[in-house]
Amino acid sequence: MIREIFSRNRKNKYATIPSNASKTDVPEGIMTKCPECKHIGLTKDLIKNKKVCPACDHHYKMTAYERVSIFIDEDTFVSMDDHLSTVNPLNFPGYTDKIKSDSEKTGLNEAVLTGTGLVNGRKVVVAIMDAHFRMGSMGSVVGEKITRAVEEATKQEVPFIIFTASGGARMQEGVLSLMQMAKTSVALNRHSERGQLFISILTHPTTGGVSASFASIGDINLAEPKALIGFAGRRVIEQTVREKLPENFQTAEFLLAHGQLDAVVHRSSMKETVSTLVKLHAKGGN
Amino acid sequence: MVKTLPFEEPVIQLRDKITELKDFTSNADVDLSTEIQQLEDRLQKLETDIYDNMQPWDRVQVARHPERPTTLDYIREIFTDFIELHGDRSYGDDEAIVGGIAAFNGCPITVIGHQRGKDTKENIRRNFGMPHPEGYRKALRLMKQAEKFNRPIICFIDTKGAYPGKAAEERGQSEAIARNLVEMAGLKVPVISVVIGEGGSGGALALGVANHVHMLENSTYSVISPEGAASILWKDSSLAQQAAEAMKITAPDLKQMGIVDEIIQEAVGGAHRDTKQQAIYMKEALQRSIDTLSKLSKEELVNNRYEKFKSIGEFAE
Ligand SMILES: [Zn+2]
Repeated sequence: MIREIFSRNRKNKYATIPSNASKTDVPEGIMTKCPECKHIGLTKDLIKNKKVCPACDHHYKMTAYERVSIFIDEDTFVSMDDHLSTVNPLNFPGYTDKIKSDSEKTGLNEAVLTGTGLVNGRKVVVAIMDAHFRMGSMGSVVGEKITRAVEEATKQEVPFIIFTASGGARMQEGVLSLMQMAKTSVALNRHSERGQLFISILTHPTTGGVSASFASIGDINLAEPKALIGFAGRRVIEQTVREKLPENFQTAEFLLAHGQLDAVVHRSSMKETVSTLVKLHAKGGN
Repeated sequence: MVKTLPFEEPVIQLRDKITELKDFTSNADVDLSTEIQQLEDRLQKLETDIYDNMQPWDRVQVARHPERPTTLDYIREIFTDFIELHGDRSYGDDEAIVGGIAAFNGCPITVIGHQRGKDTKENIRRNFGMPHPEGYRKALRLMKQAEKFNRPIICFIDTKGAYPGKAAEERGQSEAIARNLVEMAGLKVPVISVVIGEGGSGGALALGVANHVHMLENSTYSVISPEGAASILWKDSSLAQQAAEAMKITAPDLKQMGIVDEIIQEAVGGAHRDTKQQAIYMKEALQRSIDTLSKLSKEELVNNRYEKFKSIGEFAE
C-alpha cells in the first residue's frame, strides 16, 4: 500500500512546467498542469478554485493550511499542540532526518494539523492530515494530536471534524503506530458517549490503519470525489485473489456504492455541507 | 513427531542421541550410565542456552509453529460448558474467528479468538485465521452480548492480519475493524486479550482493546509481518529476519513499551511442546486478571481502558 501511494503521489503531484514556462517567459510555478487531463491553467486560478481542475474536476491534494483556508472562517483558526515532536522510538536509521526535512517542507510538526475554529460561525475542533508529511502516516505524535483534539472537542462540547489523508501506519514506529488506532478510538468512544458529533471527511488517499480506525467511524462519513480509500493495497489484493480489480476499486464512489459512506461531496460544497450538518446537531437548536 | 525448528536442532540431536544410548544399554551388557549422565547434563545446559536466549526470529518461528496451540485448544483445556455461537446476523459466519459462552472456574465468560487450521483443509475453511468483516462483526456481537449479561470477555489473538481480499474491502473491513476498536473501548465488563501466536496489524487489534493485554512469551505483535516490513523498508522480503529485530515485535519488546501487561511463560521449547502445561500457565494468568478486574466498577473498567491506551506512544513535548 505504502509503495503504491508513493507512485500515485509521484503521478499526482501537481506538476509545474518549467520547460514551457521558460519558452513563454512565464516564471516557474505560475502555471499548473493537471495530472489527470493535462489541462494547463494559471496556478492562482487553480487555488481560487480550491485546487479543483476546472476542466476535469480532479481534486488536487491539499496541504493542511490550504484546507484551513477554504474550510475554516477567516482568522478564526487557532492551532493546538504544535510543540509535540517525534522521537525515534525504535532507533530507525534516518528516521529523525526524514521527520526534520518533512517538517521544514510543510511547516508542520507532524502529519496532522489540529486546532479550533469557526465554520460559518459555529465552533468546531478540526484535525487535518497532510499527506505531504511522511505520506500522512500515523505515528505517536499523529495519534497524540488527534487524541488531544478529540478530548478538546469533548470538553468544549463542540463537534470534532477530521480530514483524513494517510498512507496508514508509520512503519518506523512499529507496533506503537498500530496502537495509535486504539488510542484515538478510546477518545472517540468517550466523545460519542457524551452525545457529541464526529464528522469524518476522507480525502485522497485514506488507507491502512487510518482507514481502519477513526476515518471510517464518523457519525457522518463524507469523502471527496475519486479519493482512494481502503484498508489493503490494490496490488496486494490482486496478488492474493489472482484477479484484476475494477478501475474504480477503492474509490470514494466505490465505497458509496458499497454502503461505506454517507455521501461523496465536491470540494466546492464541502464547507456548506459540513456547516449544515453542524447546525442540525446544535444543542438546543439555533 | 513435532516439527523441529532450525534454532533448536542441537537440542533435538543431543536428545535423540541420549535416547539412542539408553535403548542400546538396555539391550546390551555394557554400563554407559556415566556417559549418559554427562550427556544429560550437557543437554540441560544446551536447552537453557538456546531457549533462554531466543532471538526475535526464533520466536517468530515458534509463534508460527503448525502445532502451536490455537484458540480452540485453549478453550478445550481451560473452560467448561463451551457453546460456540456463530454468525454476524448480517452477512455470514466467518470461521477465521470463533466465539461463544463458557464457564471459567465456574463463572460464565464470553470467549472469542482467531482460529487457524491445524491442516491444509481446515486452514482453507478458516482462511488461515485471517478474518473477513463478518468475523469482526460476529466478535462485536458476542462482546455486546457479554456486556448485556455482565460476563467478562476473554479474547485470544492469533492472526497474520486482516485478509487482503476484494470481498473484504467491499464489505467494509476498514469499518468493521474500526468499529470494534471504538466499541471495545466502551465495554462495561472486564476485557482480557492474550496474544497466543502472531498478532498482525488491524486484524489482531480488532480483538485487542482490552483492560489487560497479555502475550505468550514467544508470541509476536506487530503493525506488519516481518516479511511485509522488509519489503516496504528495504524492498526485499528476504530480510525478514532483520526486520523482525528492527520492528521490536516480541513480548519483552512490547512489555518494555508499556503495551503489554504480563508475559505468560511458555512450556520449555514453546507452547506446542506441552499444551496441557501451557493451558495451566494461561489459566493462572487469566484468573489473576479476572480477580483484579472484577473489583472495578463499570465506569472504572471503561476509564481503565481509556487510560491504558491513552498513555501508549513515545514523543517529546
Ligand atoms: Zn484536469
